[in-house]
Amino acid sequence: MSDSIEDIEMRLLLEAIHLRYHYDFRHYAQASVRRRLRQAKKQLQFDTFSAMQEALLHDETMLSRILGYLTVQVSEMFRDPSFFLAIREKVVPHLRTYPSLKVWIAGCSGGEELHSYAILFREEGLEDRTIFYATDISPDALETAARGIYSLDRIAGFTENHRAAGGKTSLSDYYSTGYGGAVFDKTLRERVVFSDHSLVTDAVFAEMHLISCRNVLIYFDRTLQDRALGLFRDSLVRNGFLGLGAKESIRFSDHASSFSDFARTEKIYQRREP
Amino acid sequence: MNDAPERAIVIGASAGAIEALSVILPALPADFPAPILIVVHIPSDRSNFLSPLFAAKCQMSVREVEDKEPAERGIVYFAPSNYHLLVEEGGTLALSADEPVQHSRPSIDVLFESAAEAYGAGLVGVVLTGANEDGSSGAQAIASAHGTVIVEDPAGAYAETMPRAAIRKCPEAHVMALDAIAPFLLRELGRS
Repeated sequence: MSDSIEDIEMRLLLEAIHLRYHYDFRHYAQASVRRRLRQAKKQLQFDTFSAMQEALLHDETMLSRILGYLTVQVSEMFRDPSFFLAIREKVVPHLRTYPSLKVWIAGCSGGEELHSYAILFREEGLEDRTIFYATDISPDALETAARGIYSLDRIAGFTENHRAAGGKTSLSDYYSTGYGGAVFDKTLRERVVFSDHSLVTDAVFAEMHLISCRNVLIYFDRTLQDRALGLFRDSLVRNGFLGLGAKESIRFSDHASSFSDFARTEKIYQRREP
Repeated sequence: MNDAPERAIVIGASAGAIEALSVILPALPADFPAPILIVVHIPSDRSNFLSPLFAAKCQMSVREVEDKEPAERGIVYFAPSNYHLLVEEGGTLALSADEPVQHSRPSIDVLFESAAEAYGAGLVGVVLTGANEDGSSGAQAIASAHGTVIVEDPAGAYAETMPRAAIRKCPEAHVMALDAIAPFLLRELGRS
């Protein structure tokens, strides 16, 4: 970041969040962080980031409000249907050869992606042998994901995506309406472990067959992207799969040689033999 | 980062974008001395057709942005549909899936504002035809950072709302006909 007063204040604010609450945003991609923090400052009605920092240090309730701005992620079920079609048609046949499976949805946000996988795995008959790990740094996001309720106006888009992703059933089989939204069947979450985990500061916690981390790395700078990709490499079984967002790439990473292209346009990679 | 270009062009266009860009981009040489970053509003289900379309027409290389690639001279970069495009200091391109801004993702304002911080006086922003007001705050940000702003003359534009809004918020903008924009860019960049 440059040396304008605002940038200095912003850096100090991120440092304060780290020292006081151990959330580390210091290596997030700066242009997005700057946008999000300015939005937070405006909506929480602070004149300066220094004022925001003081409130944050002395008032714990301020943390979750600011985290809300820093971690907001907007996803949808079966986002980029061609990705999920490739998982279904190309990755699933490999997964079938394992007697038990571990799948990690890293940065699960509000759970749209997790529910997409749970439905796809049920349709493909893999659900019973699978444990899903859904992780995020935001407690609010994890709570939303574990609730599995999405507003009704999003369902038409989800349904269209599910169909385009090769869905073998009707999406409406998996939810009922209530609580002002579509409530997804709790049996979809029976094999899910929700957990607070940071790609920035935490370590490997299990050996995975598939890791899905889409549109999370775009918020990281290259240093942090390298850390996360190293973590994914160390978490995957030999020939395990890594799915990234459509416009994310491992091309610029130190770990590029640890993975090979499996489905190039869909950004599905495979862990190379070590 | 020493070799990162100090100058860049950002362009925003909405309704009528393809026709307008077809006047500007093919007129620029393969060795154009700056990167050109473009946001076009397109429905997300028609994604990814822009870069092949213009690659066939242009002397410059044309591609869709991939996260964290460096912006290089002589290359036209299109923001992928459904993502915001931002510029990091040092001229690295970054994407975000944050919520739409003024109903748009990608948003012209988001690109222009981040590029204004990254390139300062080295930036030229171009607001073309469109039926909304995206780009006007961004144009203002570019002018505040001492960059140059060009707006397509609303009188000749396919949709005049966007250029009019930009002129209103950024009165110091150079207003010119579509076919004058490429020659202006060549003169402007030739000086540096």
